[in-house]
Amino acid sequence: MSTVAVIDYGMGNLHSVAKALEHVEPGVEVRVTGDPQIVADSDRVILPGVGAIRDCVAQMLAQGVDKEVAQALSSGKPFLGICVGYQALMTHSQENNGVDCLDVYPGEVKQFADGMFENGERLKVPHMGWNQVSQTIDHPLWHGIEDNSRFYFVHSYYVQAANPEQVAGRCHYGVDCDVALSDKNSFCVQFHPEKSHTAGLQLLKNFLNWDGKL
Amino acid sequence: MALAKRIIPCLDVENGRVVKGVQFLDIRDAGDPVDVAKRYDEQGADEITFLDITATHEGRDTMVHTVEKMASQVFIPLTVGGGIRTCEDIRTMLNAGADKVSINSAAIYNPEFVREAAERFGSQCIVVAIDAKKVSQEGEANRWEIFTHGGRKPTGIDAVEWAVKMVELGAGEILLTSMDQDGVKNGYDLGVTRAISEAVNVPIIASGGVGNLQHLVDGVKEGGADAVLAASIFHFGEFTVPQAKAFMAEQGIEVRN
Repeated sequence: MSTVAVIDYGMGNLHSVAKALEHVEPGVEVRVTGDPQIVADSDRVILPGVGAIRDCVAQMLAQGVDKEVAQALSSGKPFLGICVGYQALMTHSQENNGVDCLDVYPGEVKQFADGMFENGERLKVPHMGWNQVSQTIDHPLWHGIEDNSRFYFVHSYYVQAANPEQVAGRCHYGVDCDVALSDKNSFCVQFHPEKSHTAGLQLLKNFLNWDGKL
Repeated sequence: MALAKRIIPCLDVENGRVVKGVQFLDIRDAGDPVDVAKRYDEQGADEITFLDITATHEGRDTMVHTVEKMASQVFIPLTVGGGIRTCEDIRTMLNAGADKVSINSAAIYNPEFVREAAERFGSQCIVVAIDAKKVSQEGEANRWEIFTHGGRKPTGIDAVEWAVKMVELGAGEILLTSMDQDGVKNGYDLGVTRAISEAVNVPIIASGGVGNLQHLVDGVKEGGADAVLAASIFHFGEFTVPQAKAFMAEQGIEVRN
């Protein structure tokens, strides 16, 4: 049986991700775990995240999640970062008066400006709801998902990747946000696939069927 | 290409059943919450809100199970409100599978609770529900006040000032119910919706009094709402979510198809 570890570092509810994975592939064994050995033994690894970045990164470092992630990435097994789990892999975040992140990928996590206007309409923060994602590259995780499909977002900070070759998807909300990132066996998304109905479930299904190769 | 305005069917749940009161009195049974939520999910609803109107502890446990069941079958965001008074209540609902909780009277009794909740769980999952009623008379400047106990008890608190304060304390979204309209199907109170939407930077969900699809359009266009919530027009089959979306799209509102 194929296994997937959802890394639990004590920040928020991971059941939604687990439930969605079980729903799309009933044969897969989902392990919500904080145990590095179980993460290392799993075929696939997901780093979710919710809440404030300072606490998330602090918890990750305290628990050695940075090492688990580094090991997963170098092993070649499929890896998926979601929301703050994606942001935490960048160089630095403007949240909480500035936080150094794990610096796996070069780039900055920036705050949406207050009082953005577009087409005469004020853009509220958080960016909350269903927005369109343009797929900037072909990728196995976009398989079966129409370009510009809507996904569910809820965030006040967005990733600006420093390496344009790593950008896999963009979304526009006052500014262009790099909402999907691809690097070898790793794929990261700002939106919540587990809450994004058919498009999101398709992405999770693609992840569970991905061999980590491009 | 822009963020879609959200359509949110709301399920008032009592002892594990969906109910909807007309002006909080005439209760009609509208079915099993999980079945109803699945129906809306299939129709393309953008979120679901469960409001627990059960008063008893036994009923609360039923609600937790209902949320658990729904969360394993429906993969769109779920907000749970009603009786959220402590961080433990929030934790229970988030662990059961809710994405957001809606805090109402507990915020009025202890505003610091909103700050505590937002710091602990993040603003993204803290919705503050405001039940507002117009208190100004004809000819006076518009003024809306917060009411509790299903619209019976005035608090003396100005609704717009309250919304600003709640956002300062960490609310990530405001669920605004215009009470004098609720259930009578005359549409949202667009004045208070617009006033609060302009006063705060977080998204506003308009609620209360939807009787037809034009009311949803007005909530967005006139009220400046980011999301529109409705119950009975969907529960009793008057309109489907796709009909609502088609109608809104025809009037130039961006929706998710």
